[in-house]
Amino acid sequence: MARKVTTGAKIGWTIAAWVVALLIFFPILYALITSLKTEQEAIAGFSLIPSGTFENYVTVQTQRDYFKPFMNSVILSLGSTILALIIAIPSAWAMAFAPTKRTKDILMWMLSTKMMPSVAVLLPIFIIFRTFGLLDSRVGLTVMLTLINLPIVVWMLYTYFREIPGEILEAARMDGASLWKEIVYVLTPMAVPGIASTLLLNIILAWNEAFWTIQLTTTNAAPLTAFIASFSSPQGLFWAKLSAASTMAIAPILILGWFSQKQLVRGLTFGAVK
Amino acid sequence: MATQNTKTLARLMMAPSVIVLLVWMVVPLAMTLYYSFQNYNLLTPMNVSFAGFFNYQYFYTDPAFFQSIWNTLVLVLGVLAITVIGGTAIALLIDQPIFGQGIVRILVISPFFVMPPVAALIWKNMIMHPGYGVFADIAKFFGMQPIDWFAQYPLFSVIIIVAWQWLPFATLILLTALQSLDSEQKEAAEMDGANFINRFIYLTIPHLSRAVTVVILIQTIFLLGIYAEILVTTNGGPGYASTNLTFLIYRTARLGYDVGGGAAGGIIAVVLANIVAIFLMRAVGKNLDK
Repeated sequence: MARKVTTGAKIGWTIAAWVVALLIFFPILYALITSLKTEQEAIAGFSLIPSGTFENYVTVQTQRDYFKPFMNSVILSLGSTILALIIAIPSAWAMAFAPTKRTKDILMWMLSTKMMPSVAVLLPIFIIFRTFGLLDSRVGLTVMLTLINLPIVVWMLYTYFREIPGEILEAARMDGASLWKEIVYVLTPMAVPGIASTLLLNIILAWNEAFWTIQLTTTNAAPLTAFIASFSSPQGLFWAKLSAASTMAIAPILILGWFSQKQLVRGLTFGAVK
Repeated sequence: MATQNTKTLARLMMAPSVIVLLVWMVVPLAMTLYYSFQNYNLLTPMNVSFAGFFNYQYFYTDPAFFQSIWNTLVLVLGVLAITVIGGTAIALLIDQPIFGQGIVRILVISPFFVMPPVAALIWKNMIMHPGYGVFADIAKFFGMQPIDWFAQYPLFSVIIIVAWQWLPFATLILLTALQSLDSEQKEAAEMDGANFINRFIYLTIPHLSRAVTVVILIQTIFLLGIYAEILVTTNGGPGYASTNLTFLIYRTARLGYDVGGGAAGGIIAVVLANIVAIFLMRAVGKNLDK
């Protein structure tokens, strides 16, 4: 028996929900609108209708070389994610398919490394990076982002791999499949969705990481987080241009995020809420 | 079926991530611990000497230390209160039969994907700016004096920004938990004559308690490390009014070049984070046994 809902109640709830949703979304929307205004319009008081100029987007590129930090963000988030996956897939695999008594302890220990406050190891990392000439380098920062996200990657992959039924492997083996065939034809197709979700969430986390990316870069390897943070002083960019730079910085990840809602819950709660 | 062979293979497969994480955890932490007992300033790198507990004492007697601990507490608890209560309310609202639920969901979770510096700068310049912000426009519309948020209520302003970023997370997790509540149970309760309030108290709250625990613990881990939002808005000020522990350590270490002092602060931060971590590990660990 389905619950009966009067149309009136539904309309009431709908209005309430949309008002709340639009209020929460408003700052993002307003940044988008401001990015289409001229600098004079941007400080001329509240208005939701911009003159529709794309000038700011062009200026941000020509004056500030926006493309460089953007590419750094792409390289860092993709690079660190792929590196983390390469390290994590074998171990998540082993823990899911050949668990031992210690598997749970290892998983918990990995999770505990994520809880170390970054700032507590800021100086050692800074000194190590300086010693090895890794400050402001994409290589150094890629390694850093890999390290801080590795526990989440292992955990996410583990929760996905664990759901692949072990019996299917035995069945394949009974049918005479070699280990290689088992991996290529049986396991991989079942593991790909989990790996893809992990990839997606980790790109988002790496893209938005704003402690190490700001601490360890100056110009060369600076991704968008550090680039935008450098405009915190009022002399930096004017607001319409800042809005244009901000809109471009968040748009790709916002769209990726919309597609990864479910994985987000799972990944960030370490499988505790599904 | 695990033969000796597969066991060895499994160990080999796990080795890379275990070794990498072990090095990552042990080496920098050991260095921090070592530095915390040294007089070491990056401006005078030649004069390094053993300091005993001086750095801890220095940190402990610094009035900014207690203020930063207090600010950290206020920041974490403030954001938790807003996101858990607001998140529950919004999750319940979205869970109602509404038109366009998918789009509403997308709008509500969006702030979570905005990188911290962008979120903070949008709020600072376009929403809370005393001259040109939307809040100031609203105040002027009603003939009131606009509030200079970051000068008058610096910590509260940071709380608002961070709460905006984390509200979607709480909402999304709580909504996921709500939707897993068995609709037959709800109907049974309704048939038995339980009204909305009773259903909420006796059915929804117990069901959500687990998700709320997870939200609180995970957010706390991230909230203890809030940094970029403070850096681009108040820079910890005025004075130390919006400096949390993370920001104080950053100040000591990077702006004061004081390696020893920063390291001592770092060790204190580790201890605090560990207290939270123990509870989180228990909550997550329980789930593994199922």
